[in-house]
Amino acid sequence: MSDTNVSYVRKEMLAEAAPPVSEIGPVRWVRENLFSSPLNAILTIISLYVIYWVVGHVAPWTIGGIWGASSLTECREIRDATVGSDHGIACWSVLSHRWHQLLFGYYPSHLYWRPVLALLLFLAGLVPVLYPDTSRKLLIVSAIAPFACFWLLWGGSVWLPVSTALGFVVGYFAFGLATRLISPLAGILAAIILPLLYWYFIAGDLYAALADTVPLGIEFVQSRDFGGFMLSVVIGLSAIVLSLPLGILLALARQSDLFIIKTFAVVFIEVIRGVPLIVWLFTAQLLLNYFLPPGTNFDLTLRVIIMVTLFSAAYIAEVVRGGLAALPKGQYEGADSLGLNYWQSMRLIILPQALKISIPGIVNTFIGLFKDTTLVVFIGLFDPLGIASAVRATTEWNGIYWELFIFIGVMFFIACFSMGRYSLQLEKKLQREHR
Amino acid sequence: MSVLTDPPKPSFRLSQLLYDTRYRSITIQVIAFILIACGLWWLVANTISNLNDLGKDFNYSFLGSAAGYDINQQLIEYDSQKSHGRAALVGILNTLLVAFLGCITATIIGVIAGVLRLSKNWVVSSLMAVYVEGFRNVPLLLWIILIFAVVTESTPRPNEFRGEDPAASMILADSMAITNRGTYIPRIGFTNSMSGNEVVASQEGLVPVASGGIDWLLVIGTLIISIIVVRTLNARASRIQEATGDRPNTLWANLAVLIIPVGIVLFFLGATIVKPYLKGFNFTEGVHLRNSLIALWLALSVYTGAFIAENVRAGILAVSKGQTEAASALGLQPNRTMSLVILPQAMRVIIPPLISQYLNLTKNSSLAIAVGYMDVRATLGGITINQTGRELEGMLLLGLFYLTLSLLISGVMNVYNSRMKLTER
Repeated sequence: MSDTNVSYVRKEMLAEAAPPVSEIGPVRWVRENLFSSPLNAILTIISLYVIYWVVGHVAPWTIGGIWGASSLTECREIRDATVGSDHGIACWSVLSHRWHQLLFGYYPSHLYWRPVLALLLFLAGLVPVLYPDTSRKLLIVSAIAPFACFWLLWGGSVWLPVSTALGFVVGYFAFGLATRLISPLAGILAAIILPLLYWYFIAGDLYAALADTVPLGIEFVQSRDFGGFMLSVVIGLSAIVLSLPLGILLALARQSDLFIIKTFAVVFIEVIRGVPLIVWLFTAQLLLNYFLPPGTNFDLTLRVIIMVTLFSAAYIAEVVRGGLAALPKGQYEGADSLGLNYWQSMRLIILPQALKISIPGIVNTFIGLFKDTTLVVFIGLFDPLGIASAVRATTEWNGIYWELFIFIGVMFFIACFSMGRYSLQLEKKLQREHR
Repeated sequence: MSVLTDPPKPSFRLSQLLYDTRYRSITIQVIAFILIACGLWWLVANTISNLNDLGKDFNYSFLGSAAGYDINQQLIEYDSQKSHGRAALVGILNTLLVAFLGCITATIIGVIAGVLRLSKNWVVSSLMAVYVEGFRNVPLLLWIILIFAVVTESTPRPNEFRGEDPAASMILADSMAITNRGTYIPRIGFTNSMSGNEVVASQEGLVPVASGGIDWLLVIGTLIISIIVVRTLNARASRIQEATGDRPNTLWANLAVLIIPVGIVLFFLGATIVKPYLKGFNFTEGVHLRNSLIALWLALSVYTGAFIAENVRAGILAVSKGQTEAASALGLQPNRTMSLVILPQAMRVIIPPLISQYLNLTKNSSLAIAVGYMDVRATLGGITINQTGRELEGMLLLGLFYLTLSLLISGVMNVYNSRMKLTER
């Protein structure tokens, strides 16, 4: 047929042309992402200008900074000699000169290995808690770590933490025995009452006896020598560790059917959460002595740790309550239908799941708490900001300002940002597991 | 043949208190109650004996005695002869002021940053990510101190505004001066003040003005009445819309009702703008916002704004893509989709955490101590306690104030949540 032989139909394929330059590669990306509409273009230009402005002002100051001088005057002399007095550049020498104070406060310098070792020990104890796949036997490390850390940080006789820890051992065995012989309720009562009796009547004498017969100990360090980031970490970590059990109990109490217990938990949590931390810190400083038996007087750092523990317990209780509420009702009913009593069902079925959901929230609470430890500067403790003022009060570094704050900010940023990433990652992982 | 026996009569034995789940809860509660009561009694007894040892008593009469200290930032009339109670009230108002200002700006910053962080524009979204992460991960206290330093170090001294060719100049048509002693903004004065205060001109050539609380009450009262009228107008419009399907245009009526009465009141009071001007070593007239207020306000806003940005982002992401697709399947335009479909659902997710951020901001305003802003912690919880030695009473009152405030805010949140709750089948 001659139909197929029409003159205006092309017979051969044309060679593929390259796409227009504006539709490929970086140009296309820039067009689509940065200049897709007038508004977008304006935003891009403003952002680029902001970045240019900030980098242009900060970069020369930061990068050209002077290391290795031993005082601010020397820093200024070096600056005048090299770049001229009209250029502002950072004097990072304060960090190389005073880094040990910013990190450890007034802790004796020959003992720096102790806080470092304590931190490592704590992290080792954290591993079996955060990664449930590891061997259960490692939990022993987690149980010993808090007492060992306490001993390493404060020093003194080894028998003080040992005799205190014995109380928990007493409680553990009392719980097991009483549960087997009498009833679970009796087990819990025994686990609370016997250790209290032990601590009140026996622990002190036992400690004295042991310390007299076998004097074993390391150099004692007073808590007022604690400072810098070490103090923040000590307050933050001990508060979070101590507040976890308390927070879980409060959350359970708030979820319980028992009216009086529930009311108490609600009142406690709401009162603590309703008042700013700084007011609680001033309470610890000014008022705690009123509430304790006459003549009691103990260390401000310890008081702060107690107050911050109570404070974060209320926040953790709310996080755990969220975890408890997020569990499907079937889990509670399933536990009941197996014939488990309340504590068994909580311990074996509910809490493992609820706590797992709550870990990201707990980490976030910890981040907030860690940032809030800076507030202790107002009651006279030497947290990083307190140390910064102390450094500025010396003749060598009088007048230095930004370098210290930037260092502190960067340290906090690194710590909090990485923890935040961890919790975000965990959250995503949990979401996947639940689908 | 079967023998029917009566079921055993329920009899109460003492052991049921421990083993029977019906009675055990009562036992536990009684024990818990006794323990809690003992604990409280122990605390109270300790406190009483400690107070006795110190020779103190517990009373609030110090609130009536003269305070004897000055407060540099005050919203209501106050001088050192006024009572401690009045000083506490000034502090409370200062706390509320910075919290209120902070909430507004934090919301604006947070919403903008949250929306921009979702932008497809890589430069903008990463800039916002840097802002959000940078502020969220560094302690607020550090930001407050840094911003205070920036505000005081980088602003000109008042005397730099002087002379033929000044190094610094006022902005916004010579009405606002930013100095290292604070920012001065214009205020409104009344030439026909109703307060009976003397009408004075602070400088020759200026309009003589006076200002009193009653003038402002009059203006605000008129405004409230106008708002009520506007709401009635809108309710009527909605009724007509439901009955007939047509909504009458209320825009002009609303604007007229809002503007005209207030305008008339302002005109009769003779409202004039009083600009700050340089006199001696400092600016005078106008409203003086101290740097402590500015720094605290800015720091609280940008810090909380970063958190709000995350909430806003999460809220928008929480609305599933199917909603957008369903809306466009219905033929809605993109902007109508945003306003009618996405935003109402996103708001439901955003508002509760937003309110708890407001709560956080209010509590964080107690960090005013870092810059010397005279909030309630500084007056009642600071100088008053130091002067009278009434730390127990003062701290209790301070705690109660914050507690009431946060219970109020969470009450608002609960009301909102129950109103907005999805009615499920």
